[in-house]
Order: sequence, then C-alpha cells, then structure tokens
Amino acid sequence: MNLFSLTIQEAVKGLKEKQFSSVDLVTSCLERINQEEKKLNAFITVAEEGALKQAKNCDIQLASSGPQIFEQKPLLGIPAAIKDLYNTKGLRTTAGSKIINSYVPPYDATVVTKLKTAGVVIVGKTNQDAWGHGSSGENSDHGVTRNPYDFTRVPGGSSSGSAASLASGGCLFSTGTDTGSSVRLPAAYCNLVGIKPTYGRVSRYGIIAMASSFDTIGHLTKNVYDNAKILEITAGKDDLDATSATEKVPKYTQVLGQSIKGLSVGVPKEYFVEGMDNKVKESVLEAVKTIEKLGAKVKQISLPSSAFAMSCYYILVPSEISSNLSRFDGIRFGQERETFGDEAKRRIILGTYTLSAGYFDAYYLRAAKVRSLVKKDFDQAFKNVDVIIVPSSPSLPFKIGEKSDDPVQMYLSDIFLCPINIAGIPSLNVPCGFAGGLPVGMQIVGPQFSEELLFKVGYAYEQVTDWNKRTPKI
Amino acid sequence: MNENLKIEPIIGLEVHVGLKTNSKMFCGCDAFYFGQEPNTHCCPVCLGLPGALPVPNKKAIDWCILIGLVLNCQVNKESYFERKNYFYPDLAKGYQISQYNKPLTYGGWLEIKSEIRSTKSETNSKSQITNIKKIRINRVHMEEDTGKLTHAEVNGEKVSLVDFNRSGVPLVEIVSEPDFNDTEEVVTYLKKLHQIIRYLGVSDADMEKGTMRLEPTINLKISTSSGKTGLRGASTKVFYTPLVEIKNINSFRFVKQALEYEIKRQAEEFAKTKTVKTTGNKTTVGFNEEKRITVLQRSKEEANDYRYFPEPDIPPMEFSQSQISNLKSQICELPDTKIARFIKDYGLTEYDANILCDSKDVAEYYEKTVNSKQTTDNSKQITPKIIANWIINKKADISKVSPEELVKTIQNKTRTVSLPDEELEKAIKKVFEANPKAVSDYKSGKENALMFLVGQVMREIKGQAEADIIKMRVQKLLNI
Repeated sequence: MNLFSLTIQEAVKGLKEKQFSSVDLVTSCLERINQEEKKLNAFITVAEEGALKQAKNCDIQLASSGPQIFEQKPLLGIPAAIKDLYNTKGLRTTAGSKIINSYVPPYDATVVTKLKTAGVVIVGKTNQDAWGHGSSGENSDHGVTRNPYDFTRVPGGSSSGSAASLASGGCLFSTGTDTGSSVRLPAAYCNLVGIKPTYGRVSRYGIIAMASSFDTIGHLTKNVYDNAKILEITAGKDDLDATSATEKVPKYTQVLGQSIKGLSVGVPKEYFVEGMDNKVKESVLEAVKTIEKLGAKVKQISLPSSAFAMSCYYILVPSEISSNLSRFDGIRFGQERETFGDEAKRRIILGTYTLSAGYFDAYYLRAAKVRSLVKKDFDQAFKNVDVIIVPSSPSLPFKIGEKSDDPVQMYLSDIFLCPINIAGIPSLNVPCGFAGGLPVGMQIVGPQFSEELLFKVGYAYEQVTDWNKRTPKI
Repeated sequence: MNENLKIEPIIGLEVHVGLKTNSKMFCGCDAFYFGQEPNTHCCPVCLGLPGALPVPNKKAIDWCILIGLVLNCQVNKESYFERKNYFYPDLAKGYQISQYNKPLTYGGWLEIKSEIRSTKSETNSKSQITNIKKIRINRVHMEEDTGKLTHAEVNGEKVSLVDFNRSGVPLVEIVSEPDFNDTEEVVTYLKKLHQIIRYLGVSDADMEKGTMRLEPTINLKISTSSGKTGLRGASTKVFYTPLVEIKNINSFRFVKQALEYEIKRQAEEFAKTKTVKTTGNKTTVGFNEEKRITVLQRSKEEANDYRYFPEPDIPPMEFSQSQISNLKSQICELPDTKIARFIKDYGLTEYDANILCDSKDVAEYYEKTVNSKQTTDNSKQITPKIIANWIINKKADISKVSPEELVKTIQNKTRTVSLPDEELEKAIKKVFEANPKAVSDYKSGKENALMFLVGQVMREIKGQAEADIIKMRVQKLLNI
C-alpha cells in the first residue's frame, strides 16, 4: 500500500497510531509528483522544500502533544494541493496566467489560513485554466494538464491540476473554485468527490475573483467523508468577505451513515436529453436506482428555465470578469494586457460589450432577470423533492484539442453545471460509473445550505458502490 | 442690428467630502492620510491586490445618510453599491466602488439666502432684496477615494509616483440640481454646506487638505430678441451653450473665478460659433489658478462609458424606518436653528449670532460661558451681549481660556467701572431732559437717535458702564 493512496481519514488514523510520519506521507506524495508530473503537468509550482519543512514541524507537534492534537488540528500533516487562484503568502500565485507569472502574494486567502491552522501541508499550486476560464484545463498559460485515466484526454477544468494531482496521488486532497463547473467537472472526469458549496458558504477572501457573484470555493477528495471533513474547516462567516453567510456550520461528518429512507429525489427531464452520451445517461440513471433501493422515492420533475441558463451565464459572468480583470492594467503587475490569453481576452471583450451604454439593458439586465427565473425553478422544485440528481457532464472526458477551436462547444460541456451556479445552490459530484475506462460523475443538488444532506446521500450511495475506489493505472 | 442679448448662467455643483472615520471605506486601514509617508496606510484591499474583497464601513454609511438627512433628502430603503469602471493609474482595482441607480439618499434641498440685485432705473439705487432660494439636491451618495499621483523627477528621470494612502478613504458626493444662476449663490451654498458638514462633525471639510473638493458644471442660457423690445411682435430665441464641467477645485474663491471665466468664455464662444448643447458635447476642464483660466481636459470624443453595474462583492443594503429615525435623532442643532435661538434667547443681533454660530465650537463655548455666568455669579451686568462682544472681538483666546475664566475676566474688567443701577437711571433721565428732540425722534421711529442718547449717557457717567448695558436701560426707559 502506497501512502499517497490513502484517504484523509486513513492517513489521520495512521499518523495517530504512529504507523508513519507526516514526512513519510508528504514524501510519498512528492515522489509521486516527481514521477508523474512530466506526463500530467498538474502543478504550476511544487513547494517541495516548504512542504517537507512543514511536515517535519507537524511531526514535532504530534510527538510533543500526542494524538489529541488532532482535536485542535484535525488535518495535521496532511498534504494538500492548492489551486493557483488561492493566494498563498510567500508562495507564487499565478491564477494560471502569465500576467502575474512571478506574483508572490503578501497574504493568505482565508481558506488557506484555515487549512494551515488545521495543520495542512501545502505541496504545491495546481495548474488550471487561466483565471478559471475553461472547462478542460486547456486554457492554462502553463500548458494543458492531462487526465490520469487517459493522457490524451482532458481532466476537466478549470481546477484541472487539482483533480489530476489528487487522482494520481500527488496529494490527499486539493482545493478548487467553482463558478460554472470548475470543481465538479474535473471531479467527474477524474473520478473524485467534489463539492460546489452554497454561494457564500465558504469565504472568497484572497481567492482571485473570476465572477464575484457566482464564485464558490470548493474542494476535491477521494471520498465523501474526506469532503465533509474539509468543509467543516473551510465553511463559515468571514469578516473579510461581506458576501459570506452567517448560517451555522454543521458538523457534516456526524450525519454520515444515517439512513436516507423516505428521501425524495427529483430527476429533471431537461438533464437527460438527446445528444448526450448514452453511457453517461445509463450510469446516472443506474445510480438513481441504487439510491431508490436505499429507500428513497424518485420523482420526475421539470426545470424548464435551465434551457436559458447558458445564455444567461455567458452574459453575466463575462460582465463581472471584464471588471475583475481590469486591475491587471500593466502598471503594477508587470505584464501588459496583451499578455492575456485568448479566452480571457474573449471574455473581457464580451463583458465590456454587455455592460456598455446602450447594450446594458438588453443584455445584462435581461440576463439578471433570467437568473432569478432559473433560481425560482429550483426553489419550486425543492418544494416537492429533497434533492435533485443530474449528470455532471453530457459526455465522457473528451480528447485534448477536440473542442478548443470551438468556444461554444466548449461552453456546452458545462450545460448541466452552470444552472446550479446561477441558482447559488450546493452540488456534490460523486463518482457513479465507468465507461470505456473513463469515469462518470453525477451531481447531488440541494437547496441553499443543504450540504449536510448532500453528504448524507452521497455517503449512503458510496457505501453500496465502489466507483470512487478505482484509481488510474499509471 | 437690433438684437438684445440676455445671458443667464446655469450652474450645478458636485461636492466631494472626505469623511473623518478612523478606518477606510472598505478595509481596516487608517483613513488619515494627509502628510503621511506614502503607501504606509495600505493593505491588500485598498491596493486592489488580486483576491482582496471590500467590506463596507458602517459608520461611513451612517454619516453619508446623516448628510443626506440634513439636506432634506429621502433615504433609499434599499440601496446598493455599483462599480464605476475606468482605467487610471491611481485607481487600484480598475473600478471605483460608487453608487449610481440607488444612492443612499436622494431628492433633497438646501435653502440659501440669495441677493437679487435690482437695477431698475425708477428706484435709482442698487437695492438688494434678500430672498430665500431652495437649491435642490439630486443625491447624496457614498463612494471611495482614489490614490494620488505625483509627477516628479527621480535621479534625473521624469516619473509619476502613486500614493495609495488615500485609496479607499470614504467619500460622500453631494450633487445639486443646476439651480444656481449666479456665482455668488454658488459661494453662499458652498459656505453653508461647509458649515453644516463641520457642524455634523463627520468631516473637516478642509479644502487645502482635499477633504472638500468642488466640481461645478456650467452652461449659459442665451436669449436673443430681435425687433423692438416689449412688443408682441418681437421674436425671442433661446440657446443653451454646451455643458462644461470644471474638475477638482479646492477653494470657494477659485470656484467663483473659474465660473466667471467660463461665463465670459462661453458667451464669446457662442458669439463666434453659435454652438449649442447637444447630448454628448459636454467637455471637462481644469482650472489654472495662476492664470485664472480654465483648461480643456477631455472633449466629447474621449467621454467615458463607466459601465456601471451592481458591485457583486457587497450585498445590497436595507434600512428600516427605525434605523432612519435613530440617525435623525443624532442630528445636532444646525446653524440656522442655532442662530435663530441665539437671537431669541440671548437678545443678540443677527449679525452677532451669525458670527458666533459660524463654528460649532465657538457657539458651544459661547453658550457655556453664558450658562456659567448664570450659575456662578450674580453680576447682572454681564449680559449675553457683553459675552458675545468679548468673543467676537477676540478679547480672549477661547482655545486657552475656559468659559468660567472668561466670566471672571469680564467681571474684573467691568466691576471697576460699574455704576449702581439708580445712578445710571438718574444719568439717563438727565440726558433725556437735556435732549427732548432726540427722545421724540426715537419715539417717531428714528433708530439713530438711540445711539446718540447712549453716547450722551456714556459721556455723563464718564464711561462707568458698558455701552450695551446703557443701551438696554435707555431703550427700556424710552419705551415706558
């Protein structure tokens, strides 16, 4: 058994029982990174030296305080990979873009502070579509990341490196951001559990903004338990983020294992359509049956406004992007604006247009109205069902280069994911099958602040299946 | 040529006021920037570093509403911030957080005294009629200040330096409607606004330090009538010259000079080109203080489209009626009310009350002195008027002398020369007997006669009483 294959839960147990040290654990991941990085290109920056130093420090703390230190530092000595949109003090942060290629932040994002306080060891900063703009990882200024299950295919984006590195054993969990798909799609394409929390559930402070009113801060793990554990740490009100929610953070791991008997599951017809990959459709419907067998009641529902979600998304999101990226004006961060990649330029131009005088009402304002319709659809649906289950992607992981010449085809990869961001509600990607050696993921979607329920359902499903235990043969 | 020209300026004002909160608008940095070492009051938020987020300063929002309330504005119960997008090296984020669609407050007014100079020939005098004029306030909204650029030479190289200490300092923008038709009105309004803001204690409104900045917008209404004036057949045409916004002026005097220059310039320009106002031909000018001329900064071709949209980093704000009432209850007595009360309660002239109330500190000092006289001393001679005179004539340095000390000082000065009441009365009656004409003049309404009589009494008693006391007694005896 390789240490890098452990879940967080297993690793914490091993550390407590002195089966191995944090240095052993971190070294195992770093070796794995060194071994696979040339093929995968999952990292922009590997923090080998810093990680080993941190790990040694964790071992000293564990030796001096004993296993009870895990009560204060529940992730002591656990190696994690951090998406490059997260500001890490003293550690280069590029957002996947050449614009800030040499930027070393003077401060930590709130989530990074929380993870550090919990004892996490940062092994590096992961590759991503620049600024989060993309669904495949191909829009990185640092080169494409490859899918560990098939090097000719994309790992999903924008948190491409976070998914590839975790699936290949470069860390025990990784962080991501999800504005339209960016945690769930790579989780689905790399056979991982990925959470897109409720908007405002996790602080955005210190995480480079893509579209501020859509950005959510999530993470990827090997199983549901680990995922719930991390959210217990990262969620909560932050005085530095005015949009962070004051709702109490439940102890998510405590509900895991509870029965889901009587749970009402909605299956919307708009998310199982002609043109999507049949194997994906079958896998997800099979998973729904499994959940039904666990005692849940399945209902056919309709989310008619989801049809307009993509149009709405690609007006509002670029509008905010065009404003958020204007601080990179070439004056203080070294690089001129022509250094922006094609996708960033495309979105800046699109967003500048939709906000311009004379067009604002027809585009931005109208899209804002559609946004509330999409939201209403979900509100309505959750009056009748507890959760909704939909596929994470209409297709299996696609070939590198397959969609990169056609932005609209690329955007459509997110068709089942974007509506959730528009509604601001939480969604959990759970592995639910394989087709031709490639993973399939489904989303369990719930109303605002229902993460606890999503974990409960995901965990129940995971106990009777073993998709998440499969690992790539590399 | 039989053409009559009537030129009337139309002026509106934007006033920016920097609030004196401890911390900045959207972060915890010290908001005091004047004279500080550059870039020492900064953090990721006000430097616009990637990932940083704004959190609004509640006190600044309250103070902005307070300013709106004293200017008779409505409070938007639902208000929100918006982003004003433009590039400039002093603008850290590439946008300024401001307000557009839903300002904190809107639709108020400020009353000013406007002197309309009448030049009608039949009166044959330059009579002035003082009117109360309502200047409508379009809005009072909240925004953040930018950094500051300095153009300097470092090691023989011309460079521009940015100081972000001012970046993110809370700024209140007070926008009037174009209700001014006279540069004197503008100055009156500005003085009154300045006084009110200082009374509220929310800003020093110090123009030299840039905590009050003025931006008038002006154009001219030009009416030409050809043919015989006054006849029905005469045709009148009205033209409006293009709008000109004058940026960032830092003194009332310069505002007046800049506006007067513009009135002249626009009239001449119109005579030459006949160009009238259209949508989009507004220009922006600066004021050159040395040459006393305005200088073109931006013409219509370079007009900005600020692409306003709701600031997604800050949730919308809601204000309940009780919050608004609570803020209203915090409003102190304002200059107009105080002046009226001083006149009524202390028998002061409007002139004296105005001077005392010019600054809230002086007014409060004055009242304390009057009150401490009542509680500590039985000397009736020290009237509120005497105290007023002492303060107005700056016989005492009020920053050093306490109100109690001032009362004592006045007592000491007046005690030695004071006459018993009966003696004074005797002297007054004697003067009345000697000057029956003055007495009857006064009674028939000639106010001047009073001061003559006071002077006579003063001479009679060889200056052993204050003129004000004599005046009061004389008036009293005359009115019996």
